[in-house]
Formats: sequence, structure tokens, C-alpha cells
Amino acid sequence: MADIRLIEIKEDILSDNKDLADEIRDILKRHKVFMLNLMASPGGGKTSLILNTIRRMKGSFKIAVIEGDIDSVVDAEKVVREGIPAVQLKTGGFCHLDASMIKLAINEIDLSGLDLVIIENIGNLVCPAEFDTGAHKQAMILSVPEGDDKPLKYPMMFSICNVLVINKIDYLGIADFDMDAAKARVVKLNPGIQIIEASCKTGQGIEEWTHWLEKEIKTYQNSTVP
Amino acid sequence: MHELSVTESILKIVLKHAQENGAEKVLTIGLRIGELSELVGECIQHYFDYLSKGTIAEGAVLEIERAPIIFECTECKNTFQVSLSETRDFTCPQCHGAKVTLVSGREFYIKDTTIS
Repeated sequence: MADIRLIEIKEDILSDNKDLADEIRDILKRHKVFMLNLMASPGGGKTSLILNTIRRMKGSFKIAVIEGDIDSVVDAEKVVREGIPAVQLKTGGFCHLDASMIKLAINEIDLSGLDLVIIENIGNLVCPAEFDTGAHKQAMILSVPEGDDKPLKYPMMFSICNVLVINKIDYLGIADFDMDAAKARVVKLNPGIQIIEASCKTGQGIEEWTHWLEKEIKTYQNSTVP
Repeated sequence: MHELSVTESILKIVLKHAQENGAEKVLTIGLRIGELSELVGECIQHYFDYLSKGTIAEGAVLEIERAPIIFECTECKNTFQVSLSETRDFTCPQCHGAKVTLVSGREFYIKDTTIS
């Protein structure tokens, strides 16, 4: 019988993805383009927040959007109607966007003069948390009707994000949602996270959100030497 | 659901190391996956059996070790383990500080493999 040998590997399973994500950040750096990865459940308000962001910021920032969906182009069409370039990635059943898919989309975008790329990830609170997309910051939405227990059920997602938008606050009082409990649960998982209460419907809190985003873009661009 | 793409990566990395070491057969693969990860071990083995057909890794057994969730207190540097199922209280049991950093629980790597 042949000898059995043990080989130490100690290699990250997602190292390929991580390398590709770093490559994407190098490409973005050459053009001083900031990229945001936006994640949420289906129906949390990702597209609405993106449309609100575009309307408020397109006067001073050049924006492009990467839309991830299992199978449709409706979100990309909404973005294009705002006069913003959009690339639709149809994942055909895949539950998340990874760096290889984002690389394909980045190749389709004219990066010269661009300030911001927003990735609208697949509606899912589980899988997108595990994959580096090459984005500089991670944002997520928790909408009030989903309930204040989501940080308990999906801790990984809440632990990797830099900012959380609690959307649909116009539902407070109708939905069974304890804002203080929700925030306390999130902060325990991720003490450094920024939390913004907002409603894409009434516009409340959107300014605070775009203020956060503008500050992140400027900080990135000022510290980046192409 | 993303177990499939993860399994593809595992197979690729293991085959690379096995070939570099002149293996005829891959017998076991040791993985270390943090408890915060939602990956399902049975799913990975199932996909692995399918993807590895016709390769030297066909029939290999995946041995998954879960890395516990461990926090370090920013204040007193005490480290403590938390079980996601029993408690949601992530404050330091020693000084009751609320500022804690995750030091284990997100691991996601291939430890080793046995080959013949």
C-alpha cells in the first residue's frame, strides 16, 4: 500500500476571489473611483435607495450602477431612466455577486471621470456577506417590516457592514419593530457601524445617508494617488 | 446556495497541492470554517463528490472543523467565547465592557489534505 502523506495547505478557500477583488480595487484606484456594495433582503429598498441617491447626488458626482439579479433587467432600466449608466448582471440562480462577476461589469463601464460605482447585490442576507466584491465600503439596508430580530438571525451580514440604513421608518408604529432593540443588537455585533434611519418614501434620513456617502467618496479620493 | 462555488475553489486548491506533491489519490481534506459562516457541511461534501468525479480527489472525505466565535475585549483584552445559539450578549464577562472585537469565527480555509 502506498504511503499516506499529510500536506499542510493553510490556504483561504476564497483566496482566488480575494485576489480578484484586490485587482478590481487597483483598477478603480487608477481612476479614483469609489465603489460601494449595497446589500439587503429582497424588497428591503435597495433600488429605491439607489434612485434616491442618484437624484440627490448626480449634480455633483458622476455615478454608475451595477445591478445584480437572478433574472431580470427591471432595476437597470429604472437607473438608466435617471440618466445613469447601468450594467445588469443576470446571475441565473446564483445567490450573490462575487469578484469575477463584478470584474466583467467593471470592464463594461467607462471609468474615466467617474466618482462612484454602486453595486446592488442580490437580495439576500446570507451569501453576499461572504464574498469580497472589490468594493471599498459595505452598506446594508434593514427595512422596518422585516423585524428587529434580523441581526440575531443574520449576524455575519451585520458584522461586516460599515453602514446600516434602517429603511421604511414610515412603517414604525404599524410594524412590530423596536428601534432601540434593533440598534442595540447591531451595535453589539459591530460596534463601529454607522446607523441611519431613513424612508425612501418620505425622503426622511436620505440627506444623512448621502452625506455619509459623499464623505466616504471624498476621503477615498483625497487619500488615493492613482 | 453558494456552496457550489465554494466547493469548486476547494477542489481547485486541493488538486493543485496534490499534483505538486505527486499524489496518486486524495484521501481526506481538512477544512476550518468559522461558526459565523452559514455554509452547510453536508452540502459541500455532496457537491464535492459530484465535482471531483474523474479526478484524483474522487471519493475524498471532507473533514470540517468549525472555528468557535471568540471575541476580545478592547478594554481589558480578555478573550471569551460566545455561542450563537445560547446567548446574544456580546459584552465582556470580565469587565462588562461593550467594545469587543471578533478574533475567531469567520475562518474559511483549507487546513491540510492527506494523499497517497
